[in-house]
Amino acid sequence: MQTNDPSITWVEEPRLGLAGKMYLPLIVQGLTTTARHLVSKKVTVSFPEERPQIGNPLIYRGVHRLNKDEQGRVKCVACFLCATACPAHCIDIIGIESPWPDREKYPESFTIDELRCIFCGMCEEACPVDAIELTSLFDLTGRSREEMIFDKEKLLSVYDQTKDAEPTQTAQLAAEAPALPPSSGGAS
Amino acid sequence: MQHSMTYIAVEALVKIALLAFIMMTAAAYLVLLERWVAAWVQDRRGPNRVGVPLTKIKLFGLGQPLADGLKFIFKEEFTPKHVDRWLYTLAPLSILAAALASFAVIPMGSSLPPIHIPALGLETDRIELVEAPSLDVGLVYVFALSSMAVYGVILGGWASNNKYSLLGGLRSSAQLIAYEIPLGLGILGVVLASGSLRLETICTDQATSGVWNIVWQPLGFLVFFVAALAESARLPFDLPECEQELIGGYHTEYAGMRLLLYLVAEFLHMVVAAFLIVILYFGGWHLWGLTGSESDPGWGHALARVAVLSLKTLAVIVLVMLVRWSWPRFRFDQLMTLAWKVMLPLGLVNLVLVAVLYEPELGGRMVAEYGAWTRAALGWGVMLAACAVAALTAPLATDNRPRLDWGVR
Repeated sequence: MQTNDPSITWVEEPRLGLAGKMYLPLIVQGLTTTARHLVSKKVTVSFPEERPQIGNPLIYRGVHRLNKDEQGRVKCVACFLCATACPAHCIDIIGIESPWPDREKYPESFTIDELRCIFCGMCEEACPVDAIELTSLFDLTGRSREEMIFDKEKLLSVYDQTKDAEPTQTAQLAAEAPALPPSSGGAS
Repeated sequence: MQHSMTYIAVEALVKIALLAFIMMTAAAYLVLLERWVAAWVQDRRGPNRVGVPLTKIKLFGLGQPLADGLKFIFKEEFTPKHVDRWLYTLAPLSILAAALASFAVIPMGSSLPPIHIPALGLETDRIELVEAPSLDVGLVYVFALSSMAVYGVILGGWASNNKYSLLGGLRSSAQLIAYEIPLGLGILGVVLASGSLRLETICTDQATSGVWNIVWQPLGFLVFFVAALAESARLPFDLPECEQELIGGYHTEYAGMRLLLYLVAEFLHMVVAAFLIVILYFGGWHLWGLTGSESDPGWGHALARVAVLSLKTLAVIVLVMLVRWSWPRFRFDQLMTLAWKVMLPLGLVNLVLVAVLYEPELGGRMVAEYGAWTRAALGWGVMLAACAVAALTAPLATDNRPRLDWGVR
């Protein structure tokens, strides 16, 4: 593109006043800003001793958990919607016939490769029964690759670990429902 | 008291060993300070984990220089195939040697009283706190050595046999040569006022009169400070190694210990510049009511002078580090414009001002009639006027877009 192309709009920069041209007032201004930041409150935390504040743990996308229902059974119905939605193909489910009357199938094994996962939250969105959810645990570490492949037991234990701090969506809805005025839900 | 050659040699060697040790350690800790200041300015905490080795004691991260040094020592001493081996090794050595040697004439205080320890058979004269106490060409010596730095830089750039290194070295040499002149003009005013090139004399002059040079030569200070930043290649004048354009500049091809030598030398340049700024313009070791101004101080005053000088220098270094995070880098043509069209005339104005003030028929009579404060008033007035004129007549071109009136090439 040529510099005299008519499609270019030339914007003149604002002209500096005498103070700006003399540079010294701007120097003082710049130094003041720098000095203010020098003593201002730090935004980083000393991590292992001090935990960072997570804005809203309920919408944070950290380690997965598999939710349990009231009877302590896994909520998952092995519908494979999460595995289908997963862009990283990190969810592996083996579904077999359910021993319980309220559903047809349940997962015999449910593994998530946390190293492949991109923590996009699609699985959580896809799940029709709110069985898989992302928690606010972010410091996910392991000493081997095998350790980072989470099986059903491990995912269920993440639920036990986080259920008090982060209630499931179903529990939240149940808690919020009576508080909602009837008219607000009218649109749907 | 006349001393033997042995005494003089031992005294000099002890001073050199102490100073080299202190300065290398100081450079290591200044790297830590630099990282701290960088972190604090960016609202971070900075390195605060490494403490005493093999223990859990953290000490605010004061062990970091040790860890940094170890890391450099254990790095592979890699020499690329395409470099000129001799010059490649010689370049960082020469720049570090020049940086360390320039400390020889910088006073670290005034002098210590004689030490008598009969148990050790130790008996000394007054100890001048400078390696080469009677060197009358002190400032010229510092300037000669700081010009040597350009050899280290351009040799490194040339020997690396790499486009980026060579360009960095070329830029650096152009920049250092351009800013030698404002640097020299900045000190000429001080030298003219003191009538001596010895840094101790310049210090003592300000101490006895009680008026620091900054009070009545602000223009000289401005010129000198800007030129000193450029000479030690600190931001906003770090064009020799600007990462965006030149990767690492002249030390792109360097790693391990040889890179460490370059980095230490860079910090030592900054320390020398800070010492010079303090000694030339901020009264050196003098502080009103604390250090006295007699030529043979007792222990109290002598130690207070060392402390005052060190703290002032540290303050200047912190200021230089803050400057780094305050302004963007100059473009190369702006850098040159600043040196030749702004700083050079300003330095000349300062020189003429000092000459006029010291001329008995003009400045002498004026001071006698109206009092000494007129010197300060005139100094600040001239600085503001000169800066305004410089701003109006030789503005820095800030617009780097293609010019419409250049037409189509």
